[in-house]
Amino acid sequence: MRIPRRTLISGLCATALSLFVGCKKKQPDGSAAGNASGGSEVVIGHYASMTGSTAHFGQDTDRGIRLAFDEANAKGGVLGKKLRVVTLDTRGDSAEAASAVTRLIDVEKVTAVLGEVASSLSLAGGRVAQRRKIPMISPTSTNPKVTEVGDYIFRVCFIDPFQGKVMATFARQNLKFSKVAILKDVKNDYSIGLADAFQKSFTALGGKIVVEQSYSQGDTDFSAQVTAIRGTGAEAIFVPGYYSEVGSIARTADRLGLKVPLLGGDGWDSPDLFKIGGDAINGSYFSDHFAPDLATEQAKQFVAKFTAKYGVAPSGLGALGYEAAEVLVDAIRRAGKDEPSAIRDAIAQTKDFEGVTGKITMDPERNPQKSAVVLKIEGGKAKFETSIAP
Amino acid sequence: MTQFFQQIINGLSLGSIYALIALGYTMVYGILKLINFAHGEVFMVGAYTGLYAAGALGIDAYEASGRAFPLYLALAVLVAAMAAAALLGVLIEFLAYRPVRTAPRLTPLITAIGVSLFLQNAGMLVFSPNPQRYPAILREVRFELFGVIVTNIKLTIFGVALALMFGLHLLVQKTWTGRAMRALSFNIDAAKLMGIDTNRVIRSTFAIGSALAAAGGILFGLDQITINPLMGVLTGLKAFVAAVLGGIGSIPGAVVGGLLIGLAEQLTAGYLSPAYRDAITFVILIAILLLKPEGLLGVVRVEKV
Repeated sequence: MRIPRRTLISGLCATALSLFVGCKKKQPDGSAAGNASGGSEVVIGHYASMTGSTAHFGQDTDRGIRLAFDEANAKGGVLGKKLRVVTLDTRGDSAEAASAVTRLIDVEKVTAVLGEVASSLSLAGGRVAQRRKIPMISPTSTNPKVTEVGDYIFRVCFIDPFQGKVMATFARQNLKFSKVAILKDVKNDYSIGLADAFQKSFTALGGKIVVEQSYSQGDTDFSAQVTAIRGTGAEAIFVPGYYSEVGSIARTADRLGLKVPLLGGDGWDSPDLFKIGGDAINGSYFSDHFAPDLATEQAKQFVAKFTAKYGVAPSGLGALGYEAAEVLVDAIRRAGKDEPSAIRDAIAQTKDFEGVTGKITMDPERNPQKSAVVLKIEGGKAKFETSIAP
Repeated sequence: MTQFFQQIINGLSLGSIYALIALGYTMVYGILKLINFAHGEVFMVGAYTGLYAAGALGIDAYEASGRAFPLYLALAVLVAAMAAAALLGVLIEFLAYRPVRTAPRLTPLITAIGVSLFLQNAGMLVFSPNPQRYPAILREVRFELFGVIVTNIKLTIFGVALALMFGLHLLVQKTWTGRAMRALSFNIDAAKLMGIDTNRVIRSTFAIGSALAAAGGILFGLDQITINPLMGVLTGLKAFVAAVLGGIGSIPGAVVGGLLIGLAEQLTAGYLSPAYRDAITFVILIAILLLKPEGLLGVVRVEKV
């Protein structure tokens, strides 16, 4: 189809003009203050990878969030208003994450944002939320940089250095290992952060890192790395990656006769790990935010409710999604009004909040202080092994 | 030393897969002077066909009960994947390359890149972008020789690859179709004048090359544990470099090139850094183009003016 040139140019001008005017009207001081709705509902945005290679992360988190809001609504909502959640898909792409948050704020007029799971995506989305002064709570982004974006960005999970420290302490003190190999994903900030923290803590505790190997996300062949580790006498391999690659690494190690446990972080938390890793992943350990078989009353109730609603047990991601939503609801209640800046202040003052994964108190850096659990994989299931406090 | 031999074993099995794929590049280039960039995607589709064929033949029940998948069913999976890929190869040739066969050389090349991108994205749509575990078509048996671990899978990869390459050699050297292929590769117009049905020969070339890629796809799945719709991109490029290294257009060259690339990659990853495993392939490509552009086993053909 041919469009006459003049029509095209004038059309483009009109579009550009309307965009300009639109922006001008909405945010005279750069903030989206108009988002404190006077209506009968409070709109909360959630941006997550609902499709793509980390689809499991987004879907499980979204289930947890919706469960929390449904419960709050059943009890009459907050401030006499109903809560409504709008979920936008990021497809695991950071450019998509930034535009999703922009759309949530401009089009959906949300009062607060929840998301993302992956740290690199939370960084992209968080920058938008901070600029527009809309509070954001990331359920599971563990990279320290996420909350450093600004004073509107919070999280309800522990941070990477702590997770690396937990596994180092566990390997050295509980498992009594002295020689461990590291196999990290050099394309992933999360993986590098965990590996660094693990190395520091493990050597400080008197252990030795015998070899450090690496791979890149998307690799499928790990035999060279496993072969190199095999000759070093390592008692375990620390693999702080995501579940698909970890599953393959476990199989490769098994095939090449390297029978040592793998250790990892919360990036392992997906049923796909057992599907890909099979028997080879049995006997390995990873740190996580939450263990479904952990025996606190709060956790048991949550698992029962989640399972009743969705027919599957929640992973740590579902639990943290639920917890992030609960912290937000609690903050809106304490703020007494649904204005973004008032909600921000209320979130910052969260103290001893009883969540499903533990007590939450926000520190001045907007990170909660809480303990981690270590899970052991046995027979295709992750079981609670121990809990390690900060 | 054990570690060195282990890396060699790993490298040879990876290299055999590259060699199988490289054959497809080299055969098509030999005849049409076309670099078939969609070949890596045919390899991917072959691997997925194997995965679904194994599912249809009830591999889940075998895996759940711990029984080995019968050998005749494994062969059926291989044949199904090779047939599906052959069909896809012929279809690509018919729909995408035949209409532009007489166009300037750049046109089919761009078309090939287009087909490749189309198949990658179609693969993500149909098979889902998530990596999938490859079913255990072959039960793994492991044995140790002086500390070096050899599995029957690695041996099978090597064996199947060698058998298929030998079969191809016989086909090209001893059969009528093979002779016609060689005639086309020498001079396509003269071959046509001699009464050879060039379309038919080109069709068989694509079918055979694609079937070999599918076999490579299944072996790759067995060896690498998971497959995903973008598996053909880098693997295809490396196989292409293998074909150039051996001398593009030369069948023994593709085999030698594939094995060398596999070894180079594995040794680099094991002794230098896994970060350079992909880079080394392309360093080799640049070096060979500078030093011996016709490849290790290629022959320089004098252009007749």
